[in-house]
Amino acid sequence: MHMADALLSPAVGASMWTVTAGLTVYCARKVKKDADERKAPLMGVLGAFIFAAQMINFSIPATGSSGHLGGGMILSILLGPYAAFLTIASVLTVQALFFADGGLLALGCNIFNLGFFPCFIAYPFIYKALTGSSPTRNRIVAAAILASAAGLLMGASGVILETVLSGISELPLGAFALLMLPIHLAIGLVEGLVTSAVVLFVWKARPEVLTLSAASRPLAGLSLRKLLAGFAAAAVLTGGILSWFASQNPDGLEWSMFHTSGHEELAAPADGLHRALAAFQEKLAFLPDYDFKKPEAVPAAPAPETAPSGPVVQPGTSVAGLVGAALTLALAGLAGLALGLRRRAAEIRR
Amino acid sequence: MKGVESGLLDFSRLEMLAAGDSPVHRLDPRTKVLVTAAFLVFVVLHGKYDLAGLAPLALYPVAAMALSGLPAGYILGKLLLASPFVLLVGVWNPVLDRGILVTVGGLPISGGWISFASIVVRFALTLSAALILIATTGFDQVCRGLSRLYAPKAFVLQLLLLYRYIFVLAGEAARMVRAFRLRNLSDERPAMRTYAALLGSLLVRALDRAQRIHMAMLSRGFDGEIRMSRPMRLRLADAAWAAFWIAFFILVRRYDIPGLLGQIVIAH
Amino acid sequence: MSHHIVEVKDLHYTYPGETRKALSGVSFRILHGEAVGIVGANGAGKSTLLRHLNGYWAPREGSVRIGDYPVTPRTVKQVRRTVGMVFQDPDDQLFMPTVFDDVAFGPLNLGFSPEEVALRVTRALETVGAAHLAERPPHRLSGGEKRAVAVATVLSMTPDILVLDEPTSNLDPRARRKVIELLHGFVHTRIVATHDLDMVLALCPRTIVMREGRVEADGPTLDIFNDAELLDRCHLEKPFSMQACPVCSRATLPARQP
Repeated sequence: MHMADALLSPAVGASMWTVTAGLTVYCARKVKKDADERKAPLMGVLGAFIFAAQMINFSIPATGSSGHLGGGMILSILLGPYAAFLTIASVLTVQALFFADGGLLALGCNIFNLGFFPCFIAYPFIYKALTGSSPTRNRIVAAAILASAAGLLMGASGVILETVLSGISELPLGAFALLMLPIHLAIGLVEGLVTSAVVLFVWKARPEVLTLSAASRPLAGLSLRKLLAGFAAAAVLTGGILSWFASQNPDGLEWSMFHTSGHEELAAPADGLHRALAAFQEKLAFLPDYDFKKPEAVPAAPAPETAPSGPVVQPGTSVAGLVGAALTLALAGLAGLALGLRRRAAEIRR
Repeated sequence: MKGVESGLLDFSRLEMLAAGDSPVHRLDPRTKVLVTAAFLVFVVLHGKYDLAGLAPLALYPVAAMALSGLPAGYILGKLLLASPFVLLVGVWNPVLDRGILVTVGGLPISGGWISFASIVVRFALTLSAALILIATTGFDQVCRGLSRLYAPKAFVLQLLLLYRYIFVLAGEAARMVRAFRLRNLSDERPAMRTYAALLGSLLVRALDRAQRIHMAMLSRGFDGEIRMSRPMRLRLADAAWAAFWIAFFILVRRYDIPGLLGQIVIAH
Repeated sequence: MSHHIVEVKDLHYTYPGETRKALSGVSFRILHGEAVGIVGANGAGKSTLLRHLNGYWAPREGSVRIGDYPVTPRTVKQVRRTVGMVFQDPDDQLFMPTVFDDVAFGPLNLGFSPEEVALRVTRALETVGAAHLAERPPHRLSGGEKRAVAVATVLSMTPDILVLDEPTSNLDPRARRKVIELLHGFVHTRIVATHDLDMVLALCPRTIVMREGRVEADGPTLDIFNDAELLDRCHLEKPFSMQACPVCSRATLPARQP
């Protein structure tokens, strides 16, 4: 359930990166202020634990499929939300770099989806609320299952919204949600079961670890509303600046959908903008009428009044463009081949 | 998902590649991080139908792979493994977006197919760029570069410690799974109850290990701050590499090279 | 040279939540340049004792003196500079991304300049014969290499006293012999906690035997290993090199006795 670079528009990608970078800096500061120097090795080792745990699968009875441990909730329980967020972020970064899970631009989205929701929503408002300061066996089980499932569903919703808002995929919101949410509800419940079983195991073997974290207040000194407002402002600002930039360079960019009204004169010739807005509206409707969409999807004749040659016309939409693209790729390949051969020749000479 | 051993092999392979030597390997990690970031941004700046605009950008991964001597087959194989989610989402585009965008030799091509193709190309470009970064730089150098580029210190440290202990804990996990398999001949994967117990004991061991590491840190004067002193130097090659690629990205963004090429070819 | 002396007096320790004492009245005194083996069965209190020697735990009952300083929270920094501690599992000790960084960790914390740190790292790695490993990540080292580098991480801080926890565990015979030779060459005060009695025989003229949190015996290694009744009581066995040869029924005493 990783968001991918290929499905991401610059506005959404940059907004999520801004928010996630802000959260990371904030959490890093919080952890440092916490001044518990035991946390540094603990976070490293627990991150590695999540990594190792995700390499092992277990079989889900009667389905023939397999599942593995989700990380956010168990880390929150053991480390508290700030350190858990940093740990999850580090795990996802390594996965993006080594296993090509998602990609580097989508990393902002992925850290937010899999880190923010479990650590800052599901953990304090579901897990902590249900277990309280004196956890019992049943409470731990119920709270872990509910919080894991809720956290994962929120994360999946994040993926859906980010994909639909990016507009690279044509999947409408409703259909995509139908595709994603039931699966993730099931996965979330299974992850919750595993999480609760592991937490119980630790509770029996090392009760002091859990009582320690249970006693700490999860979001001490933090006003969640203020935090959310700050992040929303940062996201809107980034999106807005990028959209403004887009409108200044109306060369067929799709990513100006953050524009609201008031740009009629732009919307008509720059079909990218127009299309994006229309597509956005359609996506909000559940399963739009495809017949209605068909004629609209055909772009108007490439804006004639713009520069004679150059990027203003969507190059991919013309025959020349497609032929040229194939040629360019071939040239790039040849260049690579030549560079590689030269390199090898140089090595042999040495 | 991958088994423990094959996951570790992946790390080893990329580490081995990063230990190689080439003009690209020798660049400062900061240069490579910045050029990779610029590349990614220029890739996603293209609209979803702008398949042709993406094509010239392929020069970057191709040239970087060739100059550094990375095996293209390995990188492509890794891309294939990572592709299912993107394909699953992208494959709906041809179904949902059937407006005809262009006709090539009498064959009408819908917008959905073009945007699907552009999703696949984006996917290949962005992920190969990330893999090239790690395979020519190595993880700890990337982290050092990030730290010099003002990433939060606590986060960089966390990345380094995580990476260090992945090998230790994955090794422990692999031994536990092997022990499980030896005693359980019928089923490949553990059932959930066994799995939870397996993870639980792995976790308890991890907690104990964290305590011992802390002790080892303390006994060498650890005071909450981890210091690393390795000088890093930007050379002329770094400036040249960054300047060339960023100029190239801007050039192909401003001028429609494939379009011009295509027109020339068709005119003849 | 009183700063090389280790003096433990009537040390007691009980783990939180347990009733049985892990240490109950341990006393000994180790002089400058001595090499002392600390042996005993599992749970005899060796590890607990070691954790007091570098100030991880400050003594609550009894006292520990390292050189001129009693170990207290206030002196702990100085104590850790004086006592270099090599842990049993090198994976716990080598936590940095490369060997160089790991060996540089201590000197950097002591506040040395980058040039001085680089010098110390080179010197420490050369001492253990691992200079060629400097740029390697720790997870790509063999067991013996890891052990050597772990010793180097401590040597780079130029301690006066080396405390080693099971330095030969999990090593193949050749790597084990190399570690023993390395330790043999040091002039530091050496305290080695181990089950490897053959190593103690080769390395340490003096041995302290622990049993149930107490010092059961403290004396010349040969005397102790010849006391069959004592060894049996402490769940220990005579080192192989002192056991009678099954063919000629003659014991081969170690050739080298420092």
